Amino acid sequence: MLKLIEGGGASQDRRSGERRLEFGDRWPYEPSPEAIDRAGLRDRWDAFIDGRFVPPAEGGYAADLCPATAEPFAAVAESTAADVDSAVAAARRAFEGAWGRLAPLERGKHLFRLARAVQERARELAVLETLDSGKPIQASRDFDLPLVASHLFHHAGWADKLEWAFHGRTPRPLGVAAQVMPWNFPLLMAAWKIAPALACGNTVVLKPAETTPLSALRLAEIASEVGFPPGVVNVVPGGPSVGAALVTHRGVDQVAFTGSTEVGKVIRRAVAGSGKRLLLELGGPSAHLVFADAPLDQAVEGVIAGAFFHQGQVCCAGARLLVEESVHDVFVAKLRDRMETLRVGDPLDKNTDLGPVGSAAQLARVRELVASAEAEGAARYSVARELPARGWYVAPTLFTGVALAHRIAREEIFGPVLAVLTFRTDTEAVRKANATSSGLAAGVWTSHPGRLLELARGLEAGVVWANSYHRFDPTSPFGGCKESGLGREGGRQGLAAYVRLEEDA
Amino acid sequence: MSAADAAGAAARGLLPPLGASPPVERVAAEERAAALGRRSLKRAAKVAGLRLAVRCMDLTTLEGADTPARVAALCRKAIAPGGAASDVPSVAAVCVYPSLVGAARRALAGSAVRVASVAAGFPSGLTPLATRVDEARRAVDAGADEIDMVIDRGAFLAGEQERVGDEIELVKEACGAARLKVILETGELGTFSNVRRASDVALHAGADFLKTSTGKIQPAATPGVSLVLLEAIRDFYFRTGRRVGMKPAGGIRTARQALHHLVLVKETLGDAWLDPELYRLGASTLLDDVLLQLEKERTGAYGSLEYLPAD
Repeated sequence: MLKLIEGGGASQDRRSGERRLEFGDRWPYEPSPEAIDRAGLRDRWDAFIDGRFVPPAEGGYAADLCPATAEPFAAVAESTAADVDSAVAAARRAFEGAWGRLAPLERGKHLFRLARAVQERARELAVLETLDSGKPIQASRDFDLPLVASHLFHHAGWADKLEWAFHGRTPRPLGVAAQVMPWNFPLLMAAWKIAPALACGNTVVLKPAETTPLSALRLAEIASEVGFPPGVVNVVPGGPSVGAALVTHRGVDQVAFTGSTEVGKVIRRAVAGSGKRLLLELGGPSAHLVFADAPLDQAVEGVIAGAFFHQGQVCCAGARLLVEESVHDVFVAKLRDRMETLRVGDPLDKNTDLGPVGSAAQLARVRELVASAEAEGAARYSVARELPARGWYVAPTLFTGVALAHRIAREEIFGPVLAVLTFRTDTEAVRKANATSSGLAAGVWTSHPGRLLELARGLEAGVVWANSYHRFDPTSPFGGCKESGLGREGGRQGLAAYVRLEEDA
Repeated sequence: MSAADAAGAAARGLLPPLGASPPVERVAAEERAAALGRRSLKRAAKVAGLRLAVRCMDLTTLEGADTPARVAALCRKAIAPGGAASDVPSVAAVCVYPSLVGAARRALAGSAVRVASVAAGFPSGLTPLATRVDEARRAVDAGADEIDMVIDRGAFLAGEQERVGDEIELVKEACGAARLKVILETGELGTFSNVRRASDVALHAGADFLKTSTGKIQPAATPGVSLVLLEAIRDFYFRTGRRVGMKPAGGIRTARQALHHLVLVKETLGDAWLDPELYRLGASTLLDDVLLQLEKERTGAYGSLEYLPAD
């Protein structure tokens, strides 16, 4: 007779010293780096204003460092308020001139051509993005670039159909949009902002993050090549002072920002009373809930992606794992096995899963938070792996025994660090998930559909992913609750940030 | 079996408690499996992977037109896939119908290549149980080292999982020292959660290998379904300490697909399973493409099937 399964199920797994999986070198993968000559690098990158590259009016050039080597590989213009002035003026001329006069259908065609050009040059852009941001090439190639193109395609379609997005009201463009970018998804966030702004008939001045300016500059150049009139897309690289000059500029009608909650609050105060429209996409640690009845092996993949995709430097990273107590041990054991297979190293290598973090400052911050968690009593598990000698690398790390009061459970980590907490009931899960001031995203893994629906209502998050994580689509609006943002990006809802409705006027 | 009987059986510990196997989310499993297909395998890594694929191969012929002479030719190819002068290793086993086990045994005498036989009512698994058990025993008596049996999917889908498990146990008993590969025929199981459940039933009934498919039904050894079997084998290993083997079979025709399957096992079960004792690729036409790719890596130029030994 069948001696099946007493108790059975994964929760009965016993792990001991002699039962372990070896992820070693029995069949090693060779290094497989993408060639950097594809990136179209140049030594000097100027601001892109009024359809051409323009040397800075007053400032000099700053070294752009490669996160994988911590060495400079390009010099980028340090724009100043004077460059912002000329960029905003160019954007205003385009808005009142060639771009503003264009029929909506023609605007859509421009976006469509840009989307096609991005697809054609996807490999070049992916390599450039990886060099500049440290993002593994598999992510830039298979995630960022396809999404960049799909956002442009999606919004190309909206350009002449805006009346259908706002029933009974007539949408009008706002004017000049000031867009300030983060460093984690430089090109993707540029596309998220540029695409709806242009589809709605606005012109754009974009300030890329100080450490990752290259792909946005290249995108502006491509836009010019495919026929966008001068001044429609302008890019002024530089540090926080350039961002401040841009968002407070009197010639700007709309401000869109993706980045930290701290800076988002500063911007919101700065534009208060100015009449400028504001779109904020901020951060905060998102909660990832795993119930005992979940498809556990797939939940492992979701949690790994949530915590370690792009080294955890994602605004909606699922850095707080809430796992039902009865499966905590087996789930953590599975996570640890899976972490052992993560390949950390040269982001240009096609087999690399985790590259470096984005900057020396970020590395210091992640290390400081890891130290705080250890000091506060959480148990640390880091993958034992020799990290590259150069560059800003962090080994994938998991903390168990984390309490809500610990800093890693409350603050945004923005590094490959996962904090594991437990719960016993649905109510406790929701309470713990909501116990932060942020509310960007959440993930729920369960086989119980009723629970999914209930949790989607109970969780204070702009996005709740069901049995999945980090799913993005241009048709789906994305944005935060609480301190995680204001407004939505993507889909029909995302257009609202870029139009004035006639009855509002 | 009535509901009351089922409850009684469960109470006696004869039935696995409902839901003991974790559910499987198909979309996410397939996505993970597909992601592992994007590993970049170049030069030495590719050559090592392809040679491993050859060493793990169950070279199979299951056609009505099979003859002792054809099987003998296949066996020669199994021993020296690239020809006598080549350094390409032997395959793991030759897999034939029971009536040809003797021919294969003779042709493989003196080599390390094993004889595998599909038995127990292949490919339907629907002949009377006694006949199936007897067929397996006869195949072993005729010289088979390994038996590939297929489960009764009808019984499984009807909820009679304990019967499926009992039948596997009986065939396993008939196998004696021969190793038993249990074919789940995943293409007929409906859902990935069922595939996982069937895997657990076979594992607990004493399977030495889990095998995806007969090759007679599509879809067969997709990367997604293979991943589900690998995960079941992993959990079973942690629960019992026993390493059970894996054999994807059906539809694996290209070197690229074979490498994808090897990546799946490397990154799910780890190094211990990268070995013909615990991993097999069931295939009839795969070998030629692997040989062509090995030749291309060796010479830098693609060859032609015409220059490979015919079987």
